[in-house]
Amino acid sequence: MNLDFSEEQKLLAKTARDYLADHSPLSVCREVLESSERYKEELWKGAAEMGWLGTAVPEEYGGAGFTHLELAVVAEEIGRALAPIPFSSSVYLASEALLLAGKAEQKSAYLPRLVSGELIGTLAVAERAGQTTEASIETTFARGVLNGTKAPVPDGDIAGLAVVAAREPSGAATLVLVDLSGPGVEQTALESIDPSRCLGQLTFTDAPAELLGGSGEGWALIERIQDRAAVLLAFEQLGGAERAFEITREYAMGRYAFGRPIASFQALKHRMADVWAALQLARSNCYFGAYALSNAADELPVAACAARVSASEAFELASQEMIQIHGGVGYTWEYDCHLFYRRAKLQAVTLGSPSAWKEKLIQRLEESQA
Amino acid sequence: MDFSDTPEEASFRAEARAWLEANAEPLGPGESPYRTTEREGEGVIAEAQAWQATKKDAGWTCLTWPVEYGGRAATSIQSVIWGQEEAKFRTPPNIFSIGTGMLGPTLMAHGTEEQKARYLPTMARGDEVWCQLFSEPGAGSDLAGLRTSAVRDGDEWIINGQKSWTTGAQYSKWGMIVTRSDQNAVKHAGLTYFIVDMEAPGVDIRPIKQINGGSGFNEVFFNDVRVPDSYRVGGEGDGWRVSITTLMNERASIGGGGGAVGLNELIRLAKQVDAYQDSAVRQRIADFYIIRKGLQYTGYRTLTALSRGQTPGPESSIGKLIGAPLGQDMATFAVELMGEAGGAMGVDAYGTDDAWQEAYLGSPGMRIAGGTDEILRNIIAERVLRLPPEMRVDKEIPFRDIPTGPAK
Repeated sequence: MNLDFSEEQKLLAKTARDYLADHSPLSVCREVLESSERYKEELWKGAAEMGWLGTAVPEEYGGAGFTHLELAVVAEEIGRALAPIPFSSSVYLASEALLLAGKAEQKSAYLPRLVSGELIGTLAVAERAGQTTEASIETTFARGVLNGTKAPVPDGDIAGLAVVAAREPSGAATLVLVDLSGPGVEQTALESIDPSRCLGQLTFTDAPAELLGGSGEGWALIERIQDRAAVLLAFEQLGGAERAFEITREYAMGRYAFGRPIASFQALKHRMADVWAALQLARSNCYFGAYALSNAADELPVAACAARVSASEAFELASQEMIQIHGGVGYTWEYDCHLFYRRAKLQAVTLGSPSAWKEKLIQRLEESQA
Repeated sequence: MDFSDTPEEASFRAEARAWLEANAEPLGPGESPYRTTEREGEGVIAEAQAWQATKKDAGWTCLTWPVEYGGRAATSIQSVIWGQEEAKFRTPPNIFSIGTGMLGPTLMAHGTEEQKARYLPTMARGDEVWCQLFSEPGAGSDLAGLRTSAVRDGDEWIINGQKSWTTGAQYSKWGMIVTRSDQNAVKHAGLTYFIVDMEAPGVDIRPIKQINGGSGFNEVFFNDVRVPDSYRVGGEGDGWRVSITTLMNERASIGGGGGAVGLNELIRLAKQVDAYQDSAVRQRIADFYIIRKGLQYTGYRTLTALSRGQTPGPESSIGKLIGAPLGQDMATFAVELMGEAGGAMGVDAYGTDDAWQEAYLGSPGMRIAGGTDEILRNIIAERVLRLPPEMRVDKEIPFRDIPTGPAK
């Protein structure tokens, strides 16, 4: 029985943690949040130099050729640092989509540039409020051009490459690759609930695009990409949740009221015990998700849902309790609590909200039992 | 990450499995082991003792114990593997786990050589069943507030008082009891731990009727019960330290907890009552599933640690803290799904059975036994998260001066 990372993987995590402690303290997240800067370019370059962007990309495309287990430990550290970079969009969505469905020429054309960080990629699915389904996609792809509007698109304003969900004349959903620097593309920034992470709107007017994967395979492919991304994003959420909890604990130990540390009050101890328990469950579900992802196991579709939901809920709980246990100062702009509270919500709805993943879970259980 | 056994674990599993196949019947598909309410019959006790003896004589009980006390000096992971394999066979209920899981290890840590040699082998073989006499009507979560007294009389002690929630007292030969031997000492310093003969004069055992109608527990009265000093475990006044060893082992052995009725049964019920397409129902079932899986994989992580020779600590409390309320939530939800029929027990006419009503009535006990949800949160807060201990108003005063009710 082994449901844990190896010593080498833990060493990789430590290297990442040390690097991020130096190069991405929370003040870096705050700088992006408070300024017009969209993301931290030096940090993005640093992440590329560390080899993180190509962790699970084969060496022939410039990557490190590791498994998704190594990518998962890096993701957790990126999450811990609330790193203000488009890591999830470019690595878990765009690169993973190419690895999963790209033809050799497409991989050669884009993966080395995604790995070097020179190109930022993303996946554009949502078009309006509400859960996105196959039926809700209105963007069209016909005769090699794309028309429609996608919003919000994670990192859509800064990306140079998008994998876009569209509808073919036959009515089938399909995925296409679009060079966002090409003609017919309008990129605008949207205000994000977490301004340390970008959201954009993409409007396509006869924008040239090419198929990614088979025609009409779109929706199944989107689900497969999202399942893989869900596990990796869950590790970021886990990292963020754990960091939020550590800061909360430390604050409660140092803050005195009624002549004693507030961490000594049972009301708060029990809240913290509950956060800890939620974190443990999330970590366990994430580890199983990582196992399923790296082994391409049959359990992946269900395991991804469990990891996604429990990590989303743990991060949201940890960030809510962070503000509550800090009390008044937790609600100030000056304290870092809102950085976590914002990131937790943004990540909980990126890829579709927990309730949508719960419904997916039940459907998939039904399918696996049918 | 992989879930396969190491070669050593695999060969141990094969050995266990081979023995079980030769000595027991495998469970059929969907067949569940004994229900806890079926534990009490005399036939069951004799059957359980016979199975324990068969296992012991082949070296399959108390696997981690030293050989001289009846074990085989196996590793913790081997013990877990044995448990996993045994659970696949039709076996009598294990009525020995309080002894073998909690009291035996306590005796090994604090008992004299004579005590260990006398009691451990017969405990392992199930020849003598043991019970634990800790809780009292006035001392549950605050166990150290116990009042059952032990007064020294020459080479003997005289015990008076009342113990509560004692599992299996009616069929136990021996008990382990913690008593107050010094009223004038501060609370935790005035306790002494003994072995007590449950058949001695003055021991009066009465079943407690639970809210679900079952009687898995007893209250035990002690009226001038004489215990030789050679039955004392640990020093006079050292009872709290000895008790902690027992409690640590209790939490490790209670482990998972939670409802006996599972997720698949809940899904089946939802389909049976045409509620499975209801989004509110699907969301709840997904929640239960995700928590259940989180606990299962947390268990895998614990096994990983065991497999590496590490010892799990207080973080294992999560199994019961999450599992027990989950069992109650699932049962509550299931009975709700039945609509008005949920109010009826044993209802073939409604196409459902009453396992969920039974689980509903049984589940509150799981949130209390072996440490309430609240005590478990304290343990996690203080021993895992290292938050400050509770403020105590009873710490530095003699036990007899501690208030026991509102001032008159």
